[in-house]
Amino acid sequence: MFDNEKFKQLKEARRNWEEKDLNKSLSRSPERKEEFKTGSGDKVERLYTPEDINDLDFMDEIGFPGQYPYTRGYQPTMFRGRLWTMRMYAGFSTAEESNKRYKFLVDQGSTGLSVAFDLPTQIGYDSDHPLAEGEVGKVGVAIDSLADMEILFDGIDLEKVSTSMTINSPASVLLAMYIAVADKKGVSPEKLRGTIQNDILKEYIARGTYIYPTEESMRLITDIFEYCSKNVPQWNTISISGYHIREAGSTAAQEVGFTLADGIAYVEAAIKAGLDVDSFAPRLSFFFNAHNDLLEEVAKYRAARRLWAKIMKERFGAKKPQSMMLKFHTQTGGSTLTAQQPDNNIVRVAIQTLAAVLGGTQSLHTNSKDEALALPTEDSVRIALRTQQIVAHESGVTNTVDPLAGSYYVEAKTKEIEDKAMEYITKIDELGGAPRAIDAGYIQKEITDAAYKYQMDVEKGDVVVVGMNKFKVAEKAPQGLLKVDPMVGEMQKKKLVELKEKRDNEAVSEKLIALKKACEGTENLMPYIVEAVREYATLGEICDVMREVFGEYEQSVML
Amino acid sequence: MDKPIRVLVAKPGLDGHDRGAKMIARALRDAGMEVIYTGLRQTPEQIVAAAIQEDVDIIGMSILSGAHNHLFPKVIGLLKEQDAEDIMVIAGGVIPEDDIPALKEAGVAAIFTPGALTTEIVQFIRDNVKR
Repeated sequence: MFDNEKFKQLKEARRNWEEKDLNKSLSRSPERKEEFKTGSGDKVERLYTPEDINDLDFMDEIGFPGQYPYTRGYQPTMFRGRLWTMRMYAGFSTAEESNKRYKFLVDQGSTGLSVAFDLPTQIGYDSDHPLAEGEVGKVGVAIDSLADMEILFDGIDLEKVSTSMTINSPASVLLAMYIAVADKKGVSPEKLRGTIQNDILKEYIARGTYIYPTEESMRLITDIFEYCSKNVPQWNTISISGYHIREAGSTAAQEVGFTLADGIAYVEAAIKAGLDVDSFAPRLSFFFNAHNDLLEEVAKYRAARRLWAKIMKERFGAKKPQSMMLKFHTQTGGSTLTAQQPDNNIVRVAIQTLAAVLGGTQSLHTNSKDEALALPTEDSVRIALRTQQIVAHESGVTNTVDPLAGSYYVEAKTKEIEDKAMEYITKIDELGGAPRAIDAGYIQKEITDAAYKYQMDVEKGDVVVVGMNKFKVAEKAPQGLLKVDPMVGEMQKKKLVELKEKRDNEAVSEKLIALKKACEGTENLMPYIVEAVREYATLGEICDVMREVFGEYEQSVML
Repeated sequence: MDKPIRVLVAKPGLDGHDRGAKMIARALRDAGMEVIYTGLRQTPEQIVAAAIQEDVDIIGMSILSGAHNHLFPKVIGLLKEQDAEDIMVIAGGVIPEDDIPALKEAGVAAIFTPGALTTEIVQFIRDNVKR
């Protein structure tokens, strides 16, 4: 960045400063700690200067927003043009209850929906399955068939709203239901906008709602890529997620490295299935976490954007700029919330919101203050949404694009995270790619090691968590937490019995037999799944057909 | 010398949040206990069978999905049925304060909620496991 002469002067000036001012100051009053570290445990220097970014070529590495390598954002005007989508993840109990919450959120200024499904739905069991006992409607809404989906989106204009669905193994089934609901409302698939998470690799790594073995899961995913590129062209077919990797305890650099390694595996699988990289890559999207170390997080998003652009261009030979742009959703970090003094969580979420916005996120979910204790109440969700609105309209950080660019620290940190993430990707390449690295337990072990180190640092007090290991007070048990009606399971079971009486059972079994045949062959499964859901085949029935043909994933248990 | 305390760390139900369970498992191991970790999605039947087969002194379960009121008592019921009530059960996760009295009534010896230190848990086990 500097010519040699200027650079020499700079070094000289720094030496002077260290010898005179700094040493004097240190001898008078030493620093608070011997070593300062980021939230991820990486060393932070006392001072960053142009020296730290002198190797960085502005045009190649930083550049302009909307231009390769997109360090500064994928779009030239960013939040001056349009604010991010304020998308609150919600869902619990029955479709009726969740529908009410969605309407509340839209009323309060939420600009996109985000559906949380309960665990049986996420693992492809109907509510009457023995393993669903006690779990129905708990962490999200229970969806057993198209009938539930019709209720879930009742009165919501699917042509106007964009909908994100946190669904992975059975993503094809829920997407098919969404297409079918839209069809009944007279909205054609090419008008639908939204995202399915559809990221199985991080389920194996960190989140746990897998069903099928790796290869069959990858087939389902590439089938969706292909089907959507032809039929649902505005749909984001996958949300490659670092969020859960970070929640499981990874560092920021691991979050980027492991997530992009998963991304590489999906691109490779789709190319192997015969798809042209530019036909599906523009619809890949990402999902990252936002933790408390503001500047480290900002650097993380910038590093992820730059590294993905380089990977798509150099490794996969993508031609379309859209294929190289990393677009991402952010959620504030659930694991950073404390059950102690829960009001403090509002402040944490505000810092994390700033991180996501300064990092150029496309959409954001902000957690509510009570989420270390239960699902959030309406009141606490409103504060979380207001936090985004305050950052958007009052903080001023949206007025200029990528405002932290050029900060010696943020640029140096961006480069450091990019380099570290690339080291993880290289290591994973050596192990044969992400699916193999997961089977070998490499990624899981790296994350658990980082999580354990953090836990021990918290317990030793080296890491301060306000209200939890420092600044504690005696507290009463929090009141007014959200409770899910324990009768939800029974209500869903009753609905299933009625459904099976009402629907054309012969048509259902025909469609399921056709799906089974397709599973045994190599055809794209999406059209068969769409046909089956239209006849009100249940989620469990469809997933069972695939279980029968594909088998189930065996977790490699690692400590 | 006493033989080490044996612990089964288990994830009952469909919940995939295993960070807590893994942290506890490692901390107990580092504290000199013998730890068997089940991995995800264990039914109460599987947990009780593993506990008996592995001859553990204590079962530690973690649930963050809200299914605790159903699953913890079920494990304890099965232990009773199989005359294995001497195996102590402790639990952790996102367990609302209001639910704790009933779970203790059902026989859960201790419940550790977010913010609990691994050292507290180690100490509790050392103090309470009957040998």
